[in-house]
Order: sequence, then C-alpha cells, then structure tokens
Amino acid sequence: MILNRRSFIKTGGAAAAGTMILPACLNSCQNLHISMEMQEYLDHFEVTPRILQKVIAEAMSKGGDYADLFFEHKISNTLSLEDGKVNQSFANVDYGVGIRVLKGDQTGFAYTENISLADMLKGARTAASIANDPLTFKQGDLLEKSTPGYYRIAAKWEHTSVEQKIPFVQKVNDRVKELDEKVTKVRAFLNDETGYMLFYNSEGLLTHDYRPMASLAAVCVMEKDGEFENAYSARSYRKGFEFLNDALIEEIASEAVDRTNFLFGAGKPKAGEMPVVLGAGGSGILLHEAMGHSFEADFNRKGTSIFSDKMGKSVAGNFINIIEDGTMENNRGAINIDDEGNDVKKTYLVKDGILESYIHDRISSRHYGVDPTGNGRRQSFRHIPLPRMRITYMEPGPHSTDDIIASVGYGVYVDNFTNGQVDIGGGDFTFFVKSGYLIENGKLTRPIKDINIIGNGPQALADITMVAADYKTDNGTWTCGKAGQSVPVSMGLPTVLVNKLTVGGTNV
Amino acid sequence: MTREEKYSIARWAMEHALGNGAQQARVTISTSNASQVEVREQKIDKLEAANQLNMQINLFVDNRYTNISTNRMNDKEELARFISEAIAGAKHLAPDTFRGLPEPELYYKGDGEDLRTVDNAFSALKPQQKIDHATSAEKELLGKDDRIVSVTTSYNDRLSGTLMVASNGFEGDRESSYFSLSASVSVKDGDARPRGSWNESSIDHNDLVTEGIGTQALKRALDKLGQQKIKSGTMPMIVENRLSGRILQPLIGALNGAAIQQKNSFLINMVGEQIGSGLMSITDDPFIIGGRGSRHFDSEGLATRKRNIVKDGVLNNYYIDTYYGKKLETEPTSGETTNLVFQPGTLVLEELIASMERGILVTGFNGGNSNGSTGDFSYGIEGFLVENGKLAMPVAEMNITGNFKEVWNNLVAAGNDVRLDSSWRLPSLVFDNISFSGI
Repeated sequence: MILNRRSFIKTGGAAAAGTMILPACLNSCQNLHISMEMQEYLDHFEVTPRILQKVIAEAMSKGGDYADLFFEHKISNTLSLEDGKVNQSFANVDYGVGIRVLKGDQTGFAYTENISLADMLKGARTAASIANDPLTFKQGDLLEKSTPGYYRIAAKWEHTSVEQKIPFVQKVNDRVKELDEKVTKVRAFLNDETGYMLFYNSEGLLTHDYRPMASLAAVCVMEKDGEFENAYSARSYRKGFEFLNDALIEEIASEAVDRTNFLFGAGKPKAGEMPVVLGAGGSGILLHEAMGHSFEADFNRKGTSIFSDKMGKSVAGNFINIIEDGTMENNRGAINIDDEGNDVKKTYLVKDGILESYIHDRISSRHYGVDPTGNGRRQSFRHIPLPRMRITYMEPGPHSTDDIIASVGYGVYVDNFTNGQVDIGGGDFTFFVKSGYLIENGKLTRPIKDINIIGNGPQALADITMVAADYKTDNGTWTCGKAGQSVPVSMGLPTVLVNKLTVGGTNV
Repeated sequence: MTREEKYSIARWAMEHALGNGAQQARVTISTSNASQVEVREQKIDKLEAANQLNMQINLFVDNRYTNISTNRMNDKEELARFISEAIAGAKHLAPDTFRGLPEPELYYKGDGEDLRTVDNAFSALKPQQKIDHATSAEKELLGKDDRIVSVTTSYNDRLSGTLMVASNGFEGDRESSYFSLSASVSVKDGDARPRGSWNESSIDHNDLVTEGIGTQALKRALDKLGQQKIKSGTMPMIVENRLSGRILQPLIGALNGAAIQQKNSFLINMVGEQIGSGLMSITDDPFIIGGRGSRHFDSEGLATRKRNIVKDGVLNNYYIDTYYGKKLETEPTSGETTNLVFQPGTLVLEELIASMERGILVTGFNGGNSNGSTGDFSYGIEGFLVENGKLAMPVAEMNITGNFKEVWNNLVAAGNDVRLDSSWRLPSLVFDNISFSGI
C-alpha cells in the first residue's frame, strides 16, 4: 500500500528522474550539483532547490539565526493475529514538513501536511515570528551531504505484499501453541515502517534518509490451576522483509512461552534496600533511566538536571564506560543522520568513570560550544528536535558473572523489564521488573515477578561496584518518551552489580 | 476544510469503498488545531503551531477487516487508489465473522442537547494574548526565591474535531476545545533540583484560571526540599486527587472487553461481585454539561448512556465495544469511558491528613506497572510522611507494591475534593494496609 504516485523507489524510475534534473536546475538554480538520488527525494516531495530556498528565506525574514525544513513521508503497516488467525490489518500514511527557526536558544515552529509553496510560506512566517529584528538573510551555498548506510536492507517493505507477510505471523501463533499446552491465548503483531526524510537548512545543507523499521511481537496467555498469566516477547530492527525468518520466530515464540511459564509460582522479595544484580541485555534500561535522560543537554543547559554541575567529574567507578551510539548496524536506535542534519556519532558519556559528554542537539551544542553529537531527534515532522538517546550501553568490565552473583547475600537478580521512568531534577529513576530471581547466599533461588525498583541516578551510578564481560544488546521494541514525543531506541549492558537500590515487595 | 467539505470527502471515500468491494465502511475525519507558547527567562523559548487533519477508514470486506488512515486527502485519485489497494489486501486476511459495523438502532440519533464542550470564540484569540498568559504566569515567580534555578511556563490550546460517517446509517460530528496554562519550577537542593509543577485548564478561554499557577508550582517544588526515604513498612496511604487516576486506571483497564475476552483481566466474571469497599461508587456519565469527557456518541457512533460501573463496591458494568460484544456474546456498552465520576466523601484533603495517625500522602508517582491478568502492581512514589495528623517530612525514592483485588477493598475514605478539570472526576483516596518499600 504505497501512496506516492511517482515510481520513487523503483530502479526503472531513475532514468526518468534523470531526464528531469537538467531543466529543473537550469530554470531554478546556479551551479547546483544534485545527485540523482537526491533528485528522487526532491521529486518525491514535489520540491526544487529554489522552493526550499524561498521557504528558508521566509523563515529567516524576521532575523532568526538558523532555520530548517524537515520533510517526512512515513508508511506503516501492521498485521495482527488474535484467536488463531491473522484477521486484522492496519495501514497508515503520514506526510508533511516541519519548519523551524532558531534565535539563540529560542525556537519557533510550525508544520504543514500540505507541501505547497503557499502553505510552506505560511508555516515559515509563523515559525519566523520567534525573532523580531528584520535583517537581510544571505542564502548559504547549497551543499548536498550523503549519508552512511547503517541500515542497508535486502528487501524493501514497499515491495512486500500482505500475502508474503501473513504466514510468518501465523507461524508465531502456531509455534507458541505447540510449545506448551497451557497456552490459552496468543496475540501476534508484525509492524513494518518505511520513512523518507528530506532535510534542508539555512546553512545550505541538503540531505536525505530512508528509514525502515520492522517489529515482531508475541503475547502469550497461559492458564494453570485456574490462574492466568501473560508475557510478551518482541524483536525490532531497522531491516526489510529479510527480518522475518524461522529462527526469529523460534526466538520470540520460545521466549514468550518461557517468560509466561516462569510467572506461575513467582513471588515477591522483601521490601527494602538491597543489592541488585542486573543481567546482561535489557538491563540497559538502568543506563537509559538512571543517567541517560539526566545527561540530555537541554535539561542541563536549563540547570534542571541533577548532573548539571558534574561535567568532567568522576561519577562512577574507573572501570565504567558508558556510550551513546547511533551507528550500530540495523539496530532499532540507529540513524544515518540526525533529524537536524548532524552526523551521527558514537559518544562516550562516561569514560573511565568521568562524565565526558552530554547528549546534544543543535541548540545545546551551540549553547555549550561543543560539536553536535548527532542526538537531535524528533518523533515526526510535527515535532521539534530534542536531545534524545539512540543506543545506550555500557562496555564490558573486569568481573565475572558468577562472582557477581556469588557476592550477594540477600538481593535480587533481574533481567526482564517492561518500562522505566526518571525524575530528571530529583534524580529518582525506576524500572519495572517483569521477572527475575531472589539471590540468597550467593545463589539464584526463588523466581520473583512484577516489582518496581527505584533508585537515585548519581547514587546508583556510583554504587555500580562490579561489571562483567558478558555484554549483550537488547533488541526489543523499546520506545523512549520525552516531552510528548516517542522515538525508537535500544540499549545494552553486561551483568552489573548495583550495591543498593530500593526494591518493591512485601512487608510480612 | 469546512464541516460540509469534510462530510463531502468522507461520504465520497465511503462510497468509493462500497463501490469497490467493501460491504460496509466507516470513515472518520479527525482535526486538531493547536498552539503552544513556552516562556523562560522572560523570553519566548518556544512558539509552536500545529494543524492536523487525518482520515481513518474501517473497511469490512467479505467478512474481513482492515483499518487504514492517511493525512493525504487532497488528491481524490490517490485516495481512491489507497482505498482500493486496502480492499485488495484485506482479501488475503483470515475471515472474522465477528467484525461488522454496530447495529443501526444503537447509533446516536442526533437529538441530544448541547454539552458545551467547545468555546466558539476559539479562533478569535490573538497570539499576543497567549504570550501574555505564559508571561504573567512567569512574572509571579520573578525574584521570588533564591533557590529557584529554572522556571518554564507554558500556554497551550487545542480545538479538536471528530466527524464520522458509516455506511449503515450514521453521520455525526463533535468538537471540543482545551486551554491550559502551566508552570514548572526547579529549585536547588544540594546537587538535586526538585521540580514542582502546576496546571490549570478549561474548555472556555474565559474560564481559564490564570493566577496562582506559578506560586503553586513553586510551593510544590519547595515542599520537596530535604526529601528522604523512610523505613519500609505497611501503612495507610492517601493519594492526592490529581493522582487517583493512577490507582483507578488498571481497574478500568480490566473492565475492557478485549482484556476480558483475551483473558488479560483480573476482573473476569465479576459483574455482581464485590470488587472494592462500600465507599467505591463510580458512574460513567457522558451528559455532564461542560464535562471534559462529555459526548453523545463514541468512536463507533454508539449512543452513549449514563451507566453505573461500580456501586457500593459491587461491579455492575464492563466496557464492551461491538467487536468484543459479539465475541463475548453480550450487548455492546461502548468500549470507552466518558466522564468517570467517583462518589466523593465528606472530608477535604487537610481533614483526611488530620485524621491519619501515621501514613504516607502520595503526591507523585514514578514509573511502575501492573499485571493485567493478576492485578499485581508496584509503583515508585514520592510525597509526605504523615504523623499524628500532620505532614512530618517529604519522602521520595520509595515503592508501593500490592494487588488491586485487595487494595480497593482497603479503600477507607474518599475526599470531597473531586477535580473537575479532567474527564475522570476523582477525589483524594485513602487506603489502608499499603506495603511501602524504603530503607
């Protein structure tokens, strides 16, 4: 279900597009070297360099010191299975352009879902009004920037039919049911997304990106002795149709079944402070919540983060290295270029225990006078970019997993989470543990479930006393919410010991 | 697009679907016109305008079901192709005989009174008035306290519209407006920067409370100075009215038809049973004049009704839409809440605190979740320790953990402080025997 009329993605369309470049350029611009690929994106959004420059000029007309245009066309499809059959599908098409003007730290923003020159100029005037000292804007020389290929794919979702996808979703159901006779209900979802992005700014930078995403999920409900439990397993990558294969289905089906089974008979620990061992993988949620958000530079430039005065200072043990990375291939959190045209980097937030960098967008990197880190992200053309995480992880450390568990007298081992949150200013963060184990006298003993863990970011970071070598990236469907905007992220962690966190539980 | 233009394109899309292989179709057009002004350090930090238009089409094709949406509806040729492709794709899905539009006799017939959910002067508001609101909220705080490290004030407004046509005889539209003014204040407390915020909102611009917002936000920030966690223990808990929805939401979620049919509810087969203490009475009332959740029809066009959800702790009603009604072999009731009205008690919050010997007043939640199948929950909280009827100290970094089947039976008091600025009209609530984890 593709909405665009032009043969934008088909290779056969390239020749036709090529013949259009020359007259368009001769008519509208001087000495522009537009690649054929870029021309396809311009055609896709029915704009020319001349139009982009006109809109930017209008956006800058009130004295803004920077402006950008973010064109986006997103097509998403979902197939849903319930009660044994793939019997529901959803398709959504979203299209528009966001127009932003900056004046110092101030932002003016408007968007339009109609990419006509008149509507764009109207949006540009609204955004421009953040500034009010008219001066002459000199258009920068147009500079096309190509993007690295962090998510090359084999088969595009636009070329994949419903019939090709259905059997994979059906297989998830069939496999979950085969694995355990206690299964009473299965739901399965396949979501694929294709995003086209075109970006132009007042510095003349012109760039584009093609952003695929694929997620497959299973929810399993089981009944045992009249009790019901349910659990969830999902994987998500920036991949095409090649994402779907039998190994992936087996991984998701067996994880959903194992996780559900585990919950029967699981209990609660004693309430209170205790050592917490975070198993490798999804425990990266600790980094995301306890420090990641508090390192986002918008909070720090406003002085509202608990880490506002900590740059260059020791915040963790010297064996701890925490990284923010947007370049991991086919990862859910990867981006070829950020949503304000900056190169995407791998940044050490904490190096040898020292706080080295915040997470920056354009406004904050200018504010702090540092290079952008490529973390300016937005949910869609309807939203302004903010400093956002991509893939947040900790490098492997010097300790062994067995030694870490053996070091705990009474505590919990946790490795499966559903969600987390943080209070940026107070530093208190939480994550919800779907399942884990009690640790008694250095050994994993009884299963536990459904408990919240709360801690304070700087304290928890300082309290990480052991880090193992078993690093793992979690490829679940993590979505990060901030200021009403959702972006896909991922995370990872080796097994670590946090000496003391407050664990939800019973008081009997 | 005018109202008539929207009806026209919606009817056209519906007819196109019916003429190209769909037996039934419903088209919903949603609009939203919103603006935001954020002020910081006596300057406008952010100015945003947002105008959104979206068409959603539910297609019923040979006992199969697909749901498509787009914000591109200018080009009819393109829209026609989008619909036709969706119909062709739907034919590959498995049949589902439970799918279909609602029975026409259940539709809203358009004879209800004006529920006053919209300010007709919405578009008349000038940008400068919006800026002035945010600026004056900030002014309340200038030079007020040396400990302030950051103040952000924000004005928001939104005009939302829904317009729907269905092929078995429904047409309807409704609008609602929303104005809000909020302040967020961070203060210095060692390395920590506790934040307090406050928000007022209204349907009519003239009703928007514009004074005291900054002051209230500052008070809530300063109240957090010196937060500590205390020893774990089982104690009573007061949940502030603004937050009672966090405790009620999982219970309402468990009444949803999909949760019940998919065995993901801890309230299966509980109609007629006691699910909470005698103090728990909840009515769903769609017809409150000026209510934030007031509406004559839901997202399927079903006529809304005033319903008793829980009466004196006994469950009376689920939330069941047309699809799950058929699956569960029961009449649909509407799958959505409108205005959820919790029967208030007699005491104000100060009196609830005064009558507590030792417990915790919860003024903020931090993360956590619940298990829909079992009712188990665990949430992070902050608030105040109450001792001998007085707020003794601010607390934070603690969890509450329990099971909703037990917690609602431990409801021992409801305040008379129902907040009317939300579709869920809830008072402060007091529960006994809550397990807190701290030190």
